[in-house]
Amino acid sequence: MVEAFFIYFALMVVFCSVMVVSRKNPVHSVLWMLVMFFHVAGLYLMLNAEFLAATQIIVYAGAILVLFLFVIMLLNLKEEIATEHSVGGWPGGLALAVSFLLFALLAFTGFTVKASGKWSIQEVSRLTHTKALGKVLYTEYLFPFEVASVILLVAIVGAVVLAKKKLKS
Amino acid sequence: MSILEAIFQPGWVDTALKVGIIVVKILVLIAVVMFHVAYATYFERKVIGRMQVRMGPMEVGPHGLLQPIADMLKLFFKEDIIPEKADKPIFYIAPIISLASAMSALAVIPFYKDFMVANINIGLLFVLAMSSLASYGIVLSGWASNSKYAFLGGLRSSAQVISYEIALGLSLVGVMMMSGSLNLNEIVKAQAAYPTGFYAIPQILGFFVFVVAAIAETNRAPFDLPEAESELVAGYFVEYSGMRFALFYAAEYIGMILMGCIASACYLGGWTVPWYLIKILPFLKYVPGIVWFVGKVYFIVFCYYWIRATLPRYRYDQLMSIGWKLLIPLALLNILITGILKVIF
Amino acid sequence: MPGTYLPESYLPIFIFIIIATLFGLGALLIGEIVRLRRPYHEKLMPYESGIDPVGEPRVRFSIRFYVIAMLFVVFDVEAIFLYPWAVVFDKIGLYAFVEMVIFIIILFVGYIYAWKKDAFQWE
Repeated sequence: MVEAFFIYFALMVVFCSVMVVSRKNPVHSVLWMLVMFFHVAGLYLMLNAEFLAATQIIVYAGAILVLFLFVIMLLNLKEEIATEHSVGGWPGGLALAVSFLLFALLAFTGFTVKASGKWSIQEVSRLTHTKALGKVLYTEYLFPFEVASVILLVAIVGAVVLAKKKLKS
Repeated sequence: MSILEAIFQPGWVDTALKVGIIVVKILVLIAVVMFHVAYATYFERKVIGRMQVRMGPMEVGPHGLLQPIADMLKLFFKEDIIPEKADKPIFYIAPIISLASAMSALAVIPFYKDFMVANINIGLLFVLAMSSLASYGIVLSGWASNSKYAFLGGLRSSAQVISYEIALGLSLVGVMMMSGSLNLNEIVKAQAAYPTGFYAIPQILGFFVFVVAAIAETNRAPFDLPEAESELVAGYFVEYSGMRFALFYAAEYIGMILMGCIASACYLGGWTVPWYLIKILPFLKYVPGIVWFVGKVYFIVFCYYWIRATLPRYRYDQLMSIGWKLLIPLALLNILITGILKVIF
Repeated sequence: MPGTYLPESYLPIFIFIIIATLFGLGALLIGEIVRLRRPYHEKLMPYESGIDPVGEPRVRFSIRFYVIAMLFVVFDVEAIFLYPWAVVFDKIGLYAFVEMVIFIIILFVGYIYAWKKDAFQWE
């Protein structure tokens, strides 16, 4: 049963990804990406990472993809330009994909399963994933967490500066 | 192992039975909710009619009680119009996204003690995740219609929905801090154990932000700018007719009921009654929990209508300032106050 | 597969999303079967209060929408950081409170910057 679900989610992720890059209309690509994010969230759930699954939907599907949509609509590519771009990139894209695949295969040969540490599946399930994550993030990984706020600050300033001239109309 | 073998493992009858029970639960829930959606439209027209000293619907059935059914039949048989040059697949999919996302979120609502379709640890996050998909239905329908009004309405409305989503999410952080859980069932139980019996009292600021953000999130008056009839005719669904329009309409009302459910479960004590009320009026404890829950939801939905009948619509710039300049600081302030109170006590 | 398991409590969610989507599809399908279709050119034109539409329907719009979407992404991430913090707040206490105040103050600087640069100001 686990395998059946895993195969379904994994195949759908691959299938949707192919649809995303092969669509000529960028808005259709966004929709396929939305479906893909849901299946990625499903894979997270199978890894006992429910908070990550929720984040996947809230941040990636609910926020970043909406930003993509806005940008696509702002650019408003004409039909001909859109077609030219999506067809012209095939050989380079294929080469890149193959090299990524090789890289991944090489990386997987070095993949070993070690004995589980303190945060075993049972421990995380007992505490619930959100609490386990919170406990680690806000005590052991305090510094990276605070650095994240600086990165977000940079993003705010960047967004405002990018559009500054227009905003001061 | 073949897929067939993987599914028909020993004990597959149990699995099938389990899935069957879940499906039945979901179908019953959807039927009940759709019935409520139909009659929510009726009550809206009645309540607003009475508030404006009118009768509201009176013609179909006694006191117009069959009006929603007549409306539904009419929408079924309405001619289907897809504008020329519309992006057909997206034009079809957009209302389904709106409806399915609003509906799925109902899976984690505890209607009474321990009864929910899916008892998951991150229930509240699931609701937020599903409501964050609402902007897709809006912006995609506006884009796919190939009409200026729809396009502008969709853009405006999605910008509004995403702005208020932040305030909505932040306002619920106070509740999460108080209860230490994201499971709505646990949140209600934590409230019953709390001295006031519900969180609306210590979390009054959060409750206020939540209610305002929830009204804006569901595109209801006074934040119903996408439907500003006078300038955008009907906003993002101007080109939608018949059943497709009905799906958007149903999604809006399900969204309203969903927000009522969240308010009921997170701030008003869900299916429980405050202990001091039971002490004063002991017979109250024989009232089943679902009555309390549903009563609270009806109250919130009634407030939606009340607000709609009372307040004029905001301008778009006012709407964006309320979201960004007022609600977000207030929600952060609420978190700060809750944190200080929790550290001290 | 080590570490992979079936989260059974999520099965109803999975089924619910499928059923809700089918419900939408089914409603459209029934409508498709019972209603009539007599399209002609005028009927299929986009509605613009009776006037023939002029120019591109997908008009250029203000860059403000992009800024709002970008700020939304940032604040959404901030909110995501707050959820696990809120849930473990009881266990960590004052320490958690101070670190989150620092986090929010840093972001608040950006918020005030955006405010002063009129990012939230629509004409």
